[in-house]
Amino acid sequence: MSTHTLSVLVADRPGVLARVSALFSRRGFNIDSLAVGPTEQEDISRITLVVDAEEHTVEQLTKQLNKLVEVIKIVELEPDAVRQELMLIKVATDAATRSDVLEVIQLFKAKAVDATNEAIVVMATGSPEKLQAMLTMLEPFGVRELVQSGLVALGRGPRSITDRSTRADRQRVRVV
Amino acid sequence: MTTTPATVTGAVAGTGELITGSESLVRSLEKAGVEVIFGIPGGAILPAYDPLFDSSIRHILVRHEQGAGHAAEGYAVATGKVGVCMATSGPGATNLVTPLADAMMDSVPVVAITGQVAGRSIGTDAFQEADIRGITMPITKHSFLITDAADIPEAIAEAFHLARTGRPGPVLVDITKDALQAKTTFSWPTSIDLPGYHPVTRPHAKQIREAARLVAAARRPVLYVGGGVVKARAAEELAELVELTGIPVVTTLMARGVFPDSHRLNLGMPGMHGTVAAVGALQRSDLLISLGARFDDRVTGELSSFAPNARVIHADIDPAEISKNRTADCPIVGDVKEVLTSLVAQLGETELPDLTSWQQQLLDMEARYPTGYDEPDDGTLSPQQVIRRIGELTGPENAYWAAGVGQHQMWAAHFLPHERPGRWLNSGGAGTMGYCVPAAMGAQVGQPDAVVWGIDGDGCFQMTNQELVTCALEGIPVKIAVINNQSLGMVRQWQTLFYGGRYSNTDLKTHLVPDFVKLAEAMGCVGLRASTAEEVDTVINQALAITDRPVVVEFIVHKDAMVWPMVPAGTSNDAIQYARDMAPQWDEEEL
Repeated sequence: MSTHTLSVLVADRPGVLARVSALFSRRGFNIDSLAVGPTEQEDISRITLVVDAEEHTVEQLTKQLNKLVEVIKIVELEPDAVRQELMLIKVATDAATRSDVLEVIQLFKAKAVDATNEAIVVMATGSPEKLQAMLTMLEPFGVRELVQSGLVALGRGPRSITDRSTRADRQRVRVV
Repeated sequence: MTTTPATVTGAVAGTGELITGSESLVRSLEKAGVEVIFGIPGGAILPAYDPLFDSSIRHILVRHEQGAGHAAEGYAVATGKVGVCMATSGPGATNLVTPLADAMMDSVPVVAITGQVAGRSIGTDAFQEADIRGITMPITKHSFLITDAADIPEAIAEAFHLARTGRPGPVLVDITKDALQAKTTFSWPTSIDLPGYHPVTRPHAKQIREAARLVAAARRPVLYVGGGVVKARAAEELAELVELTGIPVVTTLMARGVFPDSHRLNLGMPGMHGTVAAVGALQRSDLLISLGARFDDRVTGELSSFAPNARVIHADIDPAEISKNRTADCPIVGDVKEVLTSLVAQLGETELPDLTSWQQQLLDMEARYPTGYDEPDDGTLSPQQVIRRIGELTGPENAYWAAGVGQHQMWAAHFLPHERPGRWLNSGGAGTMGYCVPAAMGAQVGQPDAVVWGIDGDGCFQMTNQELVTCALEGIPVKIAVINNQSLGMVRQWQTLFYGGRYSNTDLKTHLVPDFVKLAEAMGCVGLRASTAEEVDTVINQALAITDRPVVVEFIVHKDAMVWPMVPAGTSNDAIQYARDMAPQWDEEEL
């Protein structure tokens, strides 16, 4: 088993996300993370999927996803791709612990985005590994609430996965 | 239909005339070439039925939406066209779920049109509301929800394109009632834009060369032929390949007839109830050439011991089928007709091995272990013999065969004369009991001059026989043979073999009720019955002579007849038995 990050370009239509997630449950694939949002092209959305699976499973998953009519393109990103998650953590603090918490926040280049006498809301972005490390250091203070986005990722270098996909592949089909 | 230059993008200029969404739908269906729709009206789809009343399209009013769906499948298989069914929202639409799932499993091109509650009511649990697009997502190739009348022509054009191209399959178009009632202008698109849909039909030349190299090196090759060869209309190309190479053929349940049973190199059907020769050929093969087949568990048995010494060439139009269950050594994505043409051309320039001893070995196996049956000794009819006689007296020339699911289906697969492609209709992947009567109806509508026989069981028949009313009223003269063994025969067989003869809930008591002859007559059909060997030919000939009405022929058959050969579920194909506790002597068969 190894971690694979897939970028899936889909037509921005109602029900697309339902189709993709239903396919995962129907075919028995497990997803570690899923994030969806708009792209630089207005009618196309991008889904970033993280799966921990065998090569063969990822190949089957990719082929099955490709059969969905609204899936335009699937690219597996290289392991060195820029991979980022966003995490918001409400950490319990009091006068005695506040400075220690702030030190951890600083160490991970995170931000305090809300503060009261009893808690600080920390916002952090980074790789899943970095966020996990920060979380481990904050846990002793008392994590009251935690929310995390799915992972989003982009390949390094000047090329774009949308370059070739949408314009060149987009031939209209004659109705017979 | 007029073709417009490609420079005109989007649509033929509409006339600007304002029509309703319903009129736009009916015009779109006409433009898509629809000749027949099987359906039932209801509240949400009601607007569409008004313009349909004046259309050139024949609407066949079925008695249950499941019947409409299977009839559309039967029509599609028998004609090669897209079958169309129509239903209203809610329960009308959910009654299409089984046939859509069936069409998905067997790659049958079907378009289902359903009415939906008005757009503003969606999500309110309105009367007869069901999220049919959501419900059918996993059992259709694609599904649309149309809420704007202006989108109807494009959705219909796309639905037909998706249903019939690539790997065929069912497509659902759900249209809200207000979209059907709204005013719109009509323009039929000249082209459609599906950026995520580009089926690959032309095989890669490198893969064809590699396949030819594997064929040239093989000593025990087998052509493992599936339903994709029927769908691709590639029977002639397949025959050319066999003539050129002399490679023995097995035809799966979905492919029966695509290569004639009468050909000496056709070993019959592989799988759980396959012939000893077909199963033995696959198990001993050193090269499987899989064409439009999908290594279904009913064919492979326990996967890890399936064809253990074979390399695999796997050609399919659906890349997701390749290496799904069995890793392919030579994957070929493409339309199997083009694959076969290219492969034949490539092999024409290749030195081919002499397969005489391999052929002889398999022909010996076939001669030693023919697919036979015992005549019952209590005077009751042998179901296998009944089905064989229906085949013999009807002949393969002008006949289409539909079957239900169970023992009678397997016997029909073995004992009917499967000589021509596209003549055999059955529910292979889904195993839908109740498929037979409506599918036969659809086939007869598509092939009005043919003899259409449904081989059904007494269990299956009771699930969908109401469509015989439709047949009687619409002049659809199907012939349905009810192979009545008074039980859910296949389940009973498993109870006999694996549950110590405890017949839990498989006794249908059909010797008491219903009276199938009276039931047939009540539905406007001719009802006949045979319970002795002497009566069999008489009733078959009587049925064949009736061409103006549907006929139901009940055959009272032996309860304990079993389907053989059989590979017990979950075991290796090597465990095949050709009769109860009778396994082939494999040792003598080894090379």
